[in-house]
Amino acid sequence: MNWTAVVMTLELAILTAGLLLVIGLPIAYWISFSRWRWKFLVESIVALPLVLPPTVLGFYILVAIGPHSPVGQFYTDLVGHGLPFTFEGVLFASILYSLPFTVQPFSSAFDQVDRRLIEASWTLGVSKFKTFIKLILPLSVTGVVTGFVLSFAHTLGEFGVVLMVGGNIQGVTRTVSIDIYDEVQALNYSAAGEMSLFLLVLSYVILLLVYSLNRSVWAAWPQK
Amino acid sequence: MAAEMNLDFRKSFPGRVTVEARLTMMLEQSTALILFGPSGSGKTTILRSLAGLEWPEQGSIRFISRTWLDTTKGIRVVPQDREIGYMAQDYALFPTYSVAGNIGFGLDHLTSGARQHRVAEVVDLLQLRGMERLRPRELSGGQQQRVALARAIARRPQLLLLDEPLSALDAPTRIGLRGELRALLKKLALPSIIVTHEWAEALALGDVISIVGEGRILQTGRPQDVFSRPDDVTIAKIVGIETVVAGRISKITQGLATVEVGGVMLTAIAADDRQEEVFVCIRGEEVTLERNGAASTSARNHLPGRVVGINSLGAMARVTLDCGFPLVAIVTRSSVEEFGLVAGQHTIAAVKAGSVHLVPRRDS
Repeated sequence: MNWTAVVMTLELAILTAGLLLVIGLPIAYWISFSRWRWKFLVESIVALPLVLPPTVLGFYILVAIGPHSPVGQFYTDLVGHGLPFTFEGVLFASILYSLPFTVQPFSSAFDQVDRRLIEASWTLGVSKFKTFIKLILPLSVTGVVTGFVLSFAHTLGEFGVVLMVGGNIQGVTRTVSIDIYDEVQALNYSAAGEMSLFLLVLSYVILLLVYSLNRSVWAAWPQK
Repeated sequence: MAAEMNLDFRKSFPGRVTVEARLTMMLEQSTALILFGPSGSGKTTILRSLAGLEWPEQGSIRFISRTWLDTTKGIRVVPQDREIGYMAQDYALFPTYSVAGNIGFGLDHLTSGARQHRVAEVVDLLQLRGMERLRPRELSGGQQQRVALARAIARRPQLLLLDEPLSALDAPTRIGLRGELRALLKKLALPSIIVTHEWAEALALGDVISIVGEGRILQTGRPQDVFSRPDDVTIAKIVGIETVVAGRISKITQGLATVEVGGVMLTAIAADDRQEEVFVCIRGEEVTLERNGAASTSARNHLPGRVVGINSLGAMARVTLDCGFPLVAIVTRSSVEEFGLVAGQHTIAAVKAGSVHLVPRRDS
């Protein structure tokens, strides 16, 4: 087992899921509650990583953060080195890649909250933000947990995007799935098998969690 | 302290009737204003616009000295800042909070001690003691209604807005709670606006009634006046009750009540509520006219009276009689002709006991 790759992958997945939680909540709120008529344009962009080949996404990210792009230059000026082939670059790519896996469960949970409850909260003098914290979030807890876990699981198995943006640097950008690919290339089937089994079991456990949670929210998550 | 309310706005929805509401009214301390009309007439839209949950595209809403909406000046006060208590038709209780949590939901600006004190006060007022820790889904419909009311008044609002406050309840509970709600509104000494499509509820709860039809406020006045003297045929059709007079129950035997109205004794089915003062309500279609000395019918009430006026309603005619109190009969034009009815003529009106509806009249 390549434990360096496992640790690096877990680190990437936790950071991606955590940052997506912060970024995804406001985006999902906006998608659920905005009455803007062109809202679907944003929704389609968020959903794009679902259908785009990871290599295509990776290619554009690489170009976007490369040394010749304004973003890449700005980042280099700020930190002293570029984004491609670094952990931060891979993290950035992972966030974009997993965005729909977070935002869609969030916003479908928000969509299911009865609007009359939200209105009742407003007439009680509770601001929109506090209504979100006190009412919408507790009612959407399954969707939020699902989004978090799915983005975590999705990042664990990432391959194409990471390879495009991060390359294959041991301890920095070599994830479990890239390691498996390497081992197979080297005809080292037993090592590849070990890592594959690890990913399989971990993914299955995570999905078990998600499905059991969605089955009976009250039993799995006692609320105030 | 009287509160002046002034509405003049327009709100349209694609495919639905455009609401054009215009009303100026002094709401005394505990006035209950009823918005009465058929479903789809726009009364809920008017209430929601008052709550700040709908934004009319044009017009203004003022309450006391505050402007809640003025589209020409770009003023739009959000519901949070209107100091209202709003109760939705299905109560909209927060499922993840207990009864106490629901009631205290909007009291975050208080210290925790003050909040607990206020919640306890309201819990007592609405007789919810012992239920503080229960969840909304563990409560009966009537209890849920009381929790919703408690939550709406907890912040000491200036105005209470109730959307069909009793319609989510089953019929027996509903009738029982009418009197209770009325007493509570009086006790709160708080002006309220109540949307309903039930005439009995309008009579039992309201001090003033506004008839809403096709998105407009058509007539406003005391309930018994508006019901018995609608301005035009449209309003008469909406209210559907042609005779509303004050009466007093003198005795109840075997489920039948004897009611005294303007010196005349009427027999009616006794109401559940054991109150003496009642509104006697009779639909014009349920009054039949008999020729003098006609054969006896099964109707319990035979009232000799004088024809005061006859108005044509197409195939039907509206005959107003003076039977000691004004009574309206809706009969076919052909019966009018057959009977040779003219103003000043004497006739007998027959009304079945079951057609004399008694609505307990609340103490003002």
